[in-house]
Amino acid sequence: MTAFLQELAKTYGYQANHLLAILRAVQARYHHIPEPAIEALAGLLQLPRSQIIGIVEFYSFLHLQPQGQYELLISDSITDQMLGKQDLISYLADRLQVSIGAVRADGLVSLANTSCTGLCDQGPAGLVNGLPLTQLTRAKLDVIVSLINARTPLPEWPSELFAVHDNIQKTDVLLSRTMTMGEALQATFDRGIAATLTEIDRAGLRGRGGAGFKTAMKWRFCSEESETTRYVVCNADEGEPGTFKDRVLLNSYADQVFEGMTVCAAIIGARQGFLYLRGEYLFLHEPLQAVLQQRRDAGLLGNNILGQGFDFDIAICLGAGAYICGEESALIESLEGKMGIPRNRPPYPVTQGYLGKPTVVNNVETFLAAAAVAVQGGDWFASIGTGPSKGTKILSICGDCACPGIYEYPFGTTIQAILDDCGAHDVLGVQVGGPSGTFISRQEFDRKLAFEDLATGGSFIIFNASRNILDIVNNFTHFFAHESCGFCTPCRVGTSLLKKQLDKIVDGHGSAGDVAALESLCQLVKNYSHCGLGQTAANPILTTLARYPELYQAKLKKISYEPGFDLDAALATARRMADRHDAAAHLAQVGEDYE
Amino acid sequence: MANKIRVATTSLAGCFGCHMSFLDLDERLLQLAERVEFDRSPITDIEHCGRCDIGLIEGGVCNSENVHTLREFRKQCKILVAVGACAINGGLPAMRNFIPLEECLSEAYLDGIGVENPQIPSDIELPLLLDKVRPLHEVVKIDYYLPGCPPSADVFWKFLTDLLEGKEPQLDYALVHYD
Amino acid sequence: MSKTITIDGKAIPFTEGQTIMQAATAADVYIPHLCHHPEFTPHGSCKLCTVKVNGRNCSACTFPAAEGQEVLNNTQELNSDRKTITQMLFVEGNHFCPSCEKTGNCQLQAVAYHLNMLDDHFPLFYAHRAMDASHPEVLIDHNRCIFCTLCVRASREHDGKAVFAISGRGINKHLLVNSTSGQLKDSDLDSGDKAAHICPTGAILIKHTAYQVPIGQRVYDHHQINEVSLASEHPHGE
Repeated sequence: MTAFLQELAKTYGYQANHLLAILRAVQARYHHIPEPAIEALAGLLQLPRSQIIGIVEFYSFLHLQPQGQYELLISDSITDQMLGKQDLISYLADRLQVSIGAVRADGLVSLANTSCTGLCDQGPAGLVNGLPLTQLTRAKLDVIVSLINARTPLPEWPSELFAVHDNIQKTDVLLSRTMTMGEALQATFDRGIAATLTEIDRAGLRGRGGAGFKTAMKWRFCSEESETTRYVVCNADEGEPGTFKDRVLLNSYADQVFEGMTVCAAIIGARQGFLYLRGEYLFLHEPLQAVLQQRRDAGLLGNNILGQGFDFDIAICLGAGAYICGEESALIESLEGKMGIPRNRPPYPVTQGYLGKPTVVNNVETFLAAAAVAVQGGDWFASIGTGPSKGTKILSICGDCACPGIYEYPFGTTIQAILDDCGAHDVLGVQVGGPSGTFISRQEFDRKLAFEDLATGGSFIIFNASRNILDIVNNFTHFFAHESCGFCTPCRVGTSLLKKQLDKIVDGHGSAGDVAALESLCQLVKNYSHCGLGQTAANPILTTLARYPELYQAKLKKISYEPGFDLDAALATARRMADRHDAAAHLAQVGEDYE
Repeated sequence: MANKIRVATTSLAGCFGCHMSFLDLDERLLQLAERVEFDRSPITDIEHCGRCDIGLIEGGVCNSENVHTLREFRKQCKILVAVGACAINGGLPAMRNFIPLEECLSEAYLDGIGVENPQIPSDIELPLLLDKVRPLHEVVKIDYYLPGCPPSADVFWKFLTDLLEGKEPQLDYALVHYD
Repeated sequence: MSKTITIDGKAIPFTEGQTIMQAATAADVYIPHLCHHPEFTPHGSCKLCTVKVNGRNCSACTFPAAEGQEVLNNTQELNSDRKTITQMLFVEGNHFCPSCEKTGNCQLQAVAYHLNMLDDHFPLFYAHRAMDASHPEVLIDHNRCIFCTLCVRASREHDGKAVFAISGRGINKHLLVNSTSGQLKDSDLDSGDKAAHICPTGAILIKHTAYQVPIGQRVYDHHQINEVSLASEHPHGE
């Protein structure tokens, strides 16, 4: 181990910045971060050991306790659940003789749930040692169980188990035109850097992550900073459940994304860029490295790009299972090899980002669109969409529809038009923008895809009339409690309290005041949390409570109060130990009210 | 007599310290007695709570009997008050929550030093222990809270006189203590 | 010409670079807080110091004062929500004040008193947390930790060490000691370190000092935290 760690630390230049990458490598080899590795790395990187442990305990894909040689994770996203995930994971646990969340006694395999893997259009999905397993069925699980029990190395597994499809169902201006390598950069230099920024401004391009900040303004702010070391970061930590468009863009349009980053670098004066790739997309890492190498070979990355005296390169950093790292300042922390805890703002990343230097962080799709604008100009882009929302939006559509996959639409398209295209029938509602977005009911399908109406980072989950809204809300609420970074009180404690309070109501233990208590807790978490995660964590409850108050009320009992825990079960230990079987050894869940 | 306020009190998993503190009202008890009549309480020896205006409960909920008593109070009392640290967050008895109940019972009745004739007591007259000691508000709806270990006599006085005067009870800074 | 903001309608001068908290403290205006301490880098995590700045919620301890800001601080709405946040801290850990030797000197308790918190409101979490009594002079009771990171910052910024860290994610957050055994006795903590004395709750205690001051005669038994805080945190010489 010592030699391995020394080599690893050397590869990364003994830089603490690369701690996450180093720990990923240790996890991949030893299936946990062994104590001697912590001690050794603390010495090699000159770090407190507590900092290393902090990172291991922060990221879902790193473990202090040994996991199986085959680390199996099954996606717990709502769409996977709708496709029968619960039955499959139980079946898998049974066949493998391992309980969920545990390692089998022989240490060969571990099985656990994981947050959305970005494969919602081809679920139920999972990961084995970080690689995606798609369209799981009992038959496929039988194959996987045999392969594991036979200790078959992953490279020898049938490749169809790992097949990931693009499922591009509808293209518009961005996805229908394939750019030639270097086209956008050449156009940028031909037009002039300042003029290209003007085009992006004229295009009205806004950030595609969902928040919609004006791209040109962000780039201009960064370029005007007095500090001249600047960075470009592409946010490919696509963690919002139901979103997978960045996976497709990086699989089939990576060159254009990198080109957009390079255009940005030319404009803001950056020499280094990073693609922060979510850990779930490990399978894209090597192909993306190959694309980068092609670009270097073509003189589009590296020194003196296109003979313009412009130096720029891009490195890829992998995440390790943390939704919060999609928040730009948490992402920057993670890039620096730390826990993904959102920073206090101001200062904003454009002023003090990566290593305290001015940094532009944009979504994958934003860079893709920026490259297109650099080629085709701002007016072309601005002619599409609505007043405040220019251009097109790429959606990841999944859930109850005939053709899940990637759809590109001009802003301003109605929800009904989208539902018609993807073959959705008898629709109950749509979750637009993922759990942090909005649940809209069938009365609202004339609403439009736009920043001024329904903003979305790309997630578009369809539910038909057979679905139970409270199950959906429950899944989302548990997700946020699991993904809260824990930095601030309202989110750390509040998301767990929301989970408890919602469980109480959903499980039928709610009474008169419980929905009001739930709502006021929602408001507190929303209004006082440190970052977007906490500020939106109550959205699933708030948006459905506004639309379907009767669903919540129907769960309530006509009493003033019922305990949120199982009273009779609380006597079980004492009952067993005292060997009591009489009626007095039991408790009813509810008492009588004052009348 | 007819217009007197009926008050019931009891101690669940508590130490009766809150009741002792209540008695510290001393001569003010006489004034109180002019307005208040006691129902079930250690002071009266009434076994079951009748219809009351106010129920004062000290102690948390540690066993099945506590649950029954608490529910009786909730059913009979218009206003139910959690009195003292144990009623509010479990207090000192809740420190057993750090030890699994199985270990508690084993230590006390099976393997502890000096245990003779080891056996877990089993009789239908004996209440069973809950796996955790819980505050009152996790079992029934509570209307008011009087913090303190114990709340001082002044807290009881202020709270009851406010209620008797038809005011919303208000405890100012000097009356709010958790210790 | 000094610049000003208003807090609850009162003009408060500030100098460029000051946070709202710093400007308020210098002007003898108390904003409730737990994770903030004037000697250390602001952290902004407890959210008790949330104030409304031009209508928007901001953490006063990290948010820079800027000319003309209208800040709301001592309002019923904010104080009510601050009380709820304090209740969250109480149910998250295990806070048994009657058996805690910090009682009466505890800032968590004092803020709760100040906000007239009479109950926990929420169901308890019943967290299982350990004690570390290994060190001869300093005790950690993890039950009382509120993750304010003051010990982490004091160790790093004042003591020039890295004895403490916060680890874990979400509700599983916990305080970590930087030693191979994970125990305090094997760390390089000295009982004279600032980090050993900075804890606002009873999570880090100096041994052999309990009850030297009787209950009833302690700091917050007779003075509200707003007075105590302003008296100790007001910048000297102003």
